[in-house]
Amino acid sequence: MSAWFVEIFQVVFVVALAPGLVGLIRWIKARLQSRLGAPPGQPYRELGKLFHKEAVVSKNASWIFRFAPYAVSASTLAIAFLVPVLVVPRRLDMVGDLFVVVYLLLLGTFWLALAGLDPGSAFGGMGSSREVTVAALAEPTTATAIFSLALGAGSTNLGAIVAAALNDPWTVLTPGHLLAFAALFIVAIAETGRLPVDNPSTHLELTMIHEAMILEYSGRYLALLEWAAWLKLFVFLSLLANLFFPWGIATTLTPGALSWAIVTLLVKLALLAVVIAVMETRVAKLRLFRVPELLTASFVLALLAITSSFLLR
Amino acid sequence: MRLFSKILSVGIVTEPLDNGGEEVELARQVAAKTQKLLGRAVGIREVDAGSCNGCEIEITGLTSPIYDLERFGLCFVASPRHADMLLVTGPVTRNMEVPLRKTYEATPDPKLVVAVGDCAKTCGVFQGSYAVVGSVDAVIPVDVFVHGCPPEPSDILRGILAALDRLPPK
Repeated sequence: MSAWFVEIFQVVFVVALAPGLVGLIRWIKARLQSRLGAPPGQPYRELGKLFHKEAVVSKNASWIFRFAPYAVSASTLAIAFLVPVLVVPRRLDMVGDLFVVVYLLLLGTFWLALAGLDPGSAFGGMGSSREVTVAALAEPTTATAIFSLALGAGSTNLGAIVAAALNDPWTVLTPGHLLAFAALFIVAIAETGRLPVDNPSTHLELTMIHEAMILEYSGRYLALLEWAAWLKLFVFLSLLANLFFPWGIATTLTPGALSWAIVTLLVKLALLAVVIAVMETRVAKLRLFRVPELLTASFVLALLAITSSFLLR
Repeated sequence: MRLFSKILSVGIVTEPLDNGGEEVELARQVAAKTQKLLGRAVGIREVDAGSCNGCEIEITGLTSPIYDLERFGLCFVASPRHADMLLVTGPVTRNMEVPLRKTYEATPDPKLVVAVGDCAKTCGVFQGSYAVVGSVDAVIPVDVFVHGCPPEPSDILRGILAALDRLPPK
């Protein structure tokens, strides 16, 4: 019984904290730009406002446009069920492994790209084409990087990979792990639309990727899509934190272990938020035609990671 | 590394809320109003209906570290569909008449319109030109006019406050 309660709690926890993480990154960035900035709770207020607003839908839009926000948020929510966040092993480990997670991510991207094309606006199509380019190059890297960890753990099950790293902490320092971390970090940035691949704070139509696809959305549809995008960032960062620095994650279902897991996860996420904010202050957005080069580099890293974990097994 | 030592030495330059002054008091009122009416999150879409870009430069000033519009929960958005408020500048030219009307229609309710600059009200030096349709309120309903050529960022903030005053409470 309590095992199932923990599964539900994890999803509620992830969904509730995702906007806060984005707000924290924005706040740190504002401070680095010598501004006061909006408080970290600002994304919650945006969501609250959007759910109360009217949803304007273009008369050229079909059912795809209305359906896509639900498809995107549902697939992201499903990932939140499958990723080890607070506890390993879990009941739902048997439901989906890393392949399910990677392709659920792609399912969301697919619907979002369709929704960008559907109302027939020029920017939507441009955003969709860019998003699909990035996703096509990033997706094999995600799978390969996690797969190099799976080779060491002997299972493609995400929970089992984390548990294996917990049992044998020195594996974290093997070249396979380090290279896979670098590869997955680059991919996480590309997939979640952060600098240098996409700039989340620009509103310049010619350079944006994620926002170009959601330009036509308003009201509750926009709220759902934004929430799903923030959830994706949260899930990617907690995957990075838990796959490569698994310490702190609970292995038993006692309240003490669980609260320690929550505290360590929050610390790890805050550290990653600082890293992302500092990096986004330091680097400029890459020219779109240079993005494939960055993603190819991350794929090479993932390939080296999987080779070294295979040879050093 | 030089960038980060610069950041450290500059510190926060946003003008603090508690050193008095008219603008500061005004900004505090804006914060309270937006809190109540739109949950302290207002998206603003800037529409240039034919302005000389003088007003745009002042509007850009609102996002600078000194004025930092974001701390009040106001932000500029990329699409009228994401917006709660339209900030229209300049006399409406013939080429921008239809786009302006369409932008207004594309903005979800509840919505507000703030016309910025003297041109938006009187067409300024462009008055009577064959390329100009007229003032902004000849094309879409305007809630508040902000005077000045160009108005200061604090005047624009005052206009935003006045417009939020007109929004019926939810």
